[in-house]
Amino acid sequence: MEFLYNLLIDPFVQMVELPDFFLQVLWEGFVSGVLYALIALGFVLIFKASGVFNFAQGIMVVFAALSLVGLYALGMPAYIALIATIAIMGILAVAVQKTIFHHLVNQPDIILLMATIGLTYFLIGFGEFVFGGDPKVMITEELGLPTGSTAFDVLGGLVILQHIDIAAAVIAIIMVTALAIFFNKTRIGRALRAVADDHQAALSVGISLDQIWIIVWFAAGIVALATGIMWGARSDVSFALEIIAFKALPVLILGGFTSIPGAIVGGLIIGIGEKIGEIYWGPLVGGGIESWLAYVIALIFLLFRPQGLFGEKIIERV
Amino acid sequence: MRAPEQEAGAGETLLAVDNITLSFGGVRAIRNVSLDIRKGEIRAIIGPNGAGKTSMLNVINGFYHPQEGLISFRGAERRRMKPYEAASQGIARTFQNVALFRGMTTLDNIMAGRTLKMHRNFFWQLVHWGPAAREEVENRRKVEEIIDFLEIQAIRKTPVGRLPYGLQKRVELARALAMEPDLLLLDEPMAGMNLEEKEDMSRFILDVNQQLGTTIALIEHDISVVMDLSDRVVVLDHGEKIADGLPAEVQANQNVIEAYLGVSH
Repeated sequence: MEFLYNLLIDPFVQMVELPDFFLQVLWEGFVSGVLYALIALGFVLIFKASGVFNFAQGIMVVFAALSLVGLYALGMPAYIALIATIAIMGILAVAVQKTIFHHLVNQPDIILLMATIGLTYFLIGFGEFVFGGDPKVMITEELGLPTGSTAFDVLGGLVILQHIDIAAAVIAIIMVTALAIFFNKTRIGRALRAVADDHQAALSVGISLDQIWIIVWFAAGIVALATGIMWGARSDVSFALEIIAFKALPVLILGGFTSIPGAIVGGLIIGIGEKIGEIYWGPLVGGGIESWLAYVIALIFLLFRPQGLFGEKIIERV
Repeated sequence: MRAPEQEAGAGETLLAVDNITLSFGGVRAIRNVSLDIRKGEIRAIIGPNGAGKTSMLNVINGFYHPQEGLISFRGAERRRMKPYEAASQGIARTFQNVALFRGMTTLDNIMAGRTLKMHRNFFWQLVHWGPAAREEVENRRKVEEIIDFLEIQAIRKTPVGRLPYGLQKRVELARALAMEPDLLLLDEPMAGMNLEEKEDMSRFILDVNQQLGTTIALIEHDISVVMDLSDRVVVLDHGEKIADGLPAEVQANQNVIEAYLGVSH
């Protein structure tokens, strides 16, 4: 009886009794959600345009962040290092296309997935060789990102907002809006969608697959860099960051692999859901549910909407 | 049989295929085939299933590269050309099993055909302002002309995945026309259509040829469809050319009759 009370009633009582704390939890969840959404966005970009599930997206986040920190450590001013890192992501995009995917056009999806797994392990090895394996500190202040925090008086209590979190949310919103406009309104965006729908037909109207795939890998690289900076600012920059990529999986299941709005909404649901779950229901089972709750949410979702919230409906003619 | 050159009149050669051989592993899809396509004509490539018709189209369009033989377009020889290079030189095509961008509207599909006509670079595209926006409007005007031409005004904003098959084929033709091609390759444009749709499509093909002056190479499985439509017909069977000439000649050719009736060799 007591267990049921703790499970079904007590959490909501707490939420109502301490609304300021609840708001704080919501905010923290929102910020994680924004970052999950950013990672998921990297996946969606590449999946949409090439049908490749890019296993390497997580390591690209690490690689971008390490490059930025590493270049700064070499004595480059922070902004120059940022531009140089963007250039490195561009070079990576070209190299990946020219050496791997150019040769794999029209191969089955599983082959492309294997190629990205290979790429992941190459980038881990290469990254460790160049930057070393020890954790580094993100150059948050040097990049002009705010580091303080502000406390707000709301609902009879204090809600503390880290400025870096606000910055992360703003940057994520700007990036997502820019990408959405780019995808829907421009010739290159149309070409991207065309390639996503049908490779052969896209080639026949004069779209160069190489060019389009380089653009999406570059875009995914920039998204990875943004994620790396924001995530790195909250913890360290290390190879352990790679696993946050797997946080994007439930987000993708929820939002659909081909939808940019899906990545955002999915990210927010997962971010907020797992934070609330951890704080209010976690103690019931001794805590630590944050690491798997997302997958449970995603699995339940799969039962009802296998194509995700915003994914294209799967219709198969028999 | 007289040489076809004497009968089809003037019209210089737009595309020439010389002694092409194409194999996939041990399978030889095309064996030593030569054919030419003259400016302004409707050239049909026919043959029974598996004759190598689509392979021939894929060779012309750059999807396949023949192991032997030469292809020249507008007098210039080409080597290992990629499909998008063929497109940029003025070769457009449709596909046997409609290859449209299913998630996009009719309008966007046709606009995708304008890709090569739009030149503003990446950064203008990114800001979507000034010259890039103006270019979009100009190309949109051209696309509207094509939409009028093919009478598909009503489905302008419909996602193509929802359209009936006959209309999808027409949208695919529209997308190819949006490229303003010199040479239009049609892979079984009438396959799977009912009689009315076939008649419509035949009329559009003739209109494209006569009003826009586009040279057309068309593949058909059904011999009767091409007889009224085409200026000259080449017949393939088992990867080899067995006849080439005016429709009436080809129809009377003994080899062709045997190939279609399946007389044992």
